[in-house]
Amino acid sequence: MSRGVAITGIGVISAIGNNAKENHASLISGKIGISKISQIETIHKDEIMVGEIPTLNHELEKQLGLSEDEYSRTPMIGIVAVQEAISSAGITDINDCKCGLISGTTVGGMDKSEQYFYDYFQNEEHWNHITGLNAGDSTNKIAAYIGLEESFVTTISTACSSAANAIMLGARMIKSGQLDRVIVGGTDCMSKFTLNGFKTLMIQSDTYNTPFDENRKGLNLGEAAAYLVLESDKIVSRDNKEVLAYVKGYGNANDAYHQTASSEHGDGAVLAMEKALKVAALPSEAIDYVNAHGTATPNNDLSEGRALLRIFGDKVPEFSSTKAYTGHTLAAAGGVEAVYSVMALQNNIIYPNLNFKTPMKEFDLLPETEVKEKELKTVLSNSFGFGGNCSTLIFSKEA
Amino acid sequence: MSFTRCSSAKRNNLAQQLYIQNYCRIRNGQVDLDGQPIYTNASENFKDFIKSVYKHFEVDHSKFFKMDNLSKLAFMASEILLKDEPEKDTALVLSNRASSLDTDRKHQAAISESGSGYASPAVFVYTLPNICLGEISIRHSLHSENAFFVFENFSADVLFDYSEQLLYEKKAKKVLCGWVEFDNGKYDAFLYVVSKNGTFVHSISEINRLY
Amino acid sequence: MSELKLELKEKIIEQLNLEDLSVEEISDSEPLFGEGLGLDSIDALELIVMLDKDYGIKLADPKEGRKILESIDTMAAYISANGS
Repeated sequence: MSRGVAITGIGVISAIGNNAKENHASLISGKIGISKISQIETIHKDEIMVGEIPTLNHELEKQLGLSEDEYSRTPMIGIVAVQEAISSAGITDINDCKCGLISGTTVGGMDKSEQYFYDYFQNEEHWNHITGLNAGDSTNKIAAYIGLEESFVTTISTACSSAANAIMLGARMIKSGQLDRVIVGGTDCMSKFTLNGFKTLMIQSDTYNTPFDENRKGLNLGEAAAYLVLESDKIVSRDNKEVLAYVKGYGNANDAYHQTASSEHGDGAVLAMEKALKVAALPSEAIDYVNAHGTATPNNDLSEGRALLRIFGDKVPEFSSTKAYTGHTLAAAGGVEAVYSVMALQNNIIYPNLNFKTPMKEFDLLPETEVKEKELKTVLSNSFGFGGNCSTLIFSKEA
Repeated sequence: MSFTRCSSAKRNNLAQQLYIQNYCRIRNGQVDLDGQPIYTNASENFKDFIKSVYKHFEVDHSKFFKMDNLSKLAFMASEILLKDEPEKDTALVLSNRASSLDTDRKHQAAISESGSGYASPAVFVYTLPNICLGEISIRHSLHSENAFFVFENFSADVLFDYSEQLLYEKKAKKVLCGWVEFDNGKYDAFLYVVSKNGTFVHSISEINRLY
Repeated sequence: MSELKLELKEKIIEQLNLEDLSVEEISDSEPLFGEGLGLDSIDALELIVMLDKDYGIKLADPKEGRKILESIDTMAAYISANGS
């Protein structure tokens, strides 16, 4: 059974736009969102660059009608993206069928918890951020805000592949009839916790990230939230919905190599891509474009490049990493890139891999460096997370 | 949040009955296998307790000592179930409530002003709950599918559905499922292997009963 | 110098959680990474943090770090020359 699952809505907020349209406009005009950090005070601020969402917390609070300091930034940007996805899916009553929410996050409410870490002992003023720290709490807040009633709400925490895994689980639940509709994706905001952690792993670049380039120095962290609305064929025909694309294939595998590094020849990545192609019942030749994980770390791009060669042989399709625009948005990355894959299909456009100058010496892989118009039927998207968690999604125009 | 499942009946008509092959529980200074205690140690301190478990079962995996508390707990519980398990196509579906909070706090303390101000890479690596899945995969050379959920409470229904679906769709031959919680010194691991053969029937009520 | 080497061995055992290893078992010249002690990339990063925290040495490039961290001998030599 390889019929795809219908995607009826998309929503995204990132360093390059507050909604899907703005993101697309930035992608085709080369407008990147990477800069020196401005919203968080950190001793590392001159040594890193990041992809910040320009909207400040008090602006988000106003936009969402929340009181000051009520929610952490993670669920706030999550709500913005979920609302856009719901609206773009033409949903007026979220509870008019069996609906669920599956969201990935790594930061949860840590942005607030780290701010008030010492205050908690002194007074209870910021106590709301104690429960807010929990990863599951962010998801619950999003569900409550959109008024999701009797439903399936869960949180996935598998590092940088979280959103992709959420999409995979959601697609399965639609296929099995357990849900008629599911909102899937992820959200992660910037936090000192993450900045400091990645600094100590020495994989951040002090300049603009350069995916798949020989002289790549590392990643830029980013923040974002992105979601898809998946709906069953029954609901699509009941409501006469326009289908944006289909989740055609998905696969997840463990690299079983190291806690954070990828194996040299991309074993986990190869397995994930093979599984996704199998679910889609498609040969590798059917893929028109690959949106790579491409974080611009020495390790990932080498491992992923080798994995692409193992899967596609000498026929690697056009590929690019969009992380030069947004930075690596961690748990949201799989969702952001899913939205970009759907937009690529809708517009028949391949988004460019910016900042690329020198091909890697290990192989002959050249990413697309300019916006390219091409008839696209099927797009493959990779998201690889710490813990060896490798996920691949395949999106197509046809079911 | 409650969860409606309407298709399990449909699946069960087509699929064969699945079983819980074996299960392991680690809590309160005790290690149980299939409901029988196989080791106890009264150490107050988790670090000493889990080290004694490691030594008792004569595990040879030096990287164990670099793991954080959550990973050590998940590692030992899965070691007991998987050490004689030949099936490599075993998916991993674990869950908990506290995510990686225990280690998150350590990292947070290190980078805060009153801490050393230096982050430890070895600590930061464990500030994600799914790293324990990576540790289990490395130990047993598993390249299977894995998922980690954060729930408010132990949710047998979600674990049941996920593992039934994986096996029914032949995405894995067996599934190691369960709950590994570590927070504020308190630990509770409940892991079980779902497969085509076994002693206990794989059902939500049975999972809850064993838990 | 030999005091420094002993100190390094003790720190490595503690910092990297090398259970069941004693200072006598770490030779001055044996490779710490790969064969020898078999340390990995995260261990290398931990040692880089240790060099900064305890000896005031800042290494920006992990590759440079690997050369210095090759063995107890190379570490001690570098610290003696550059440490504070």
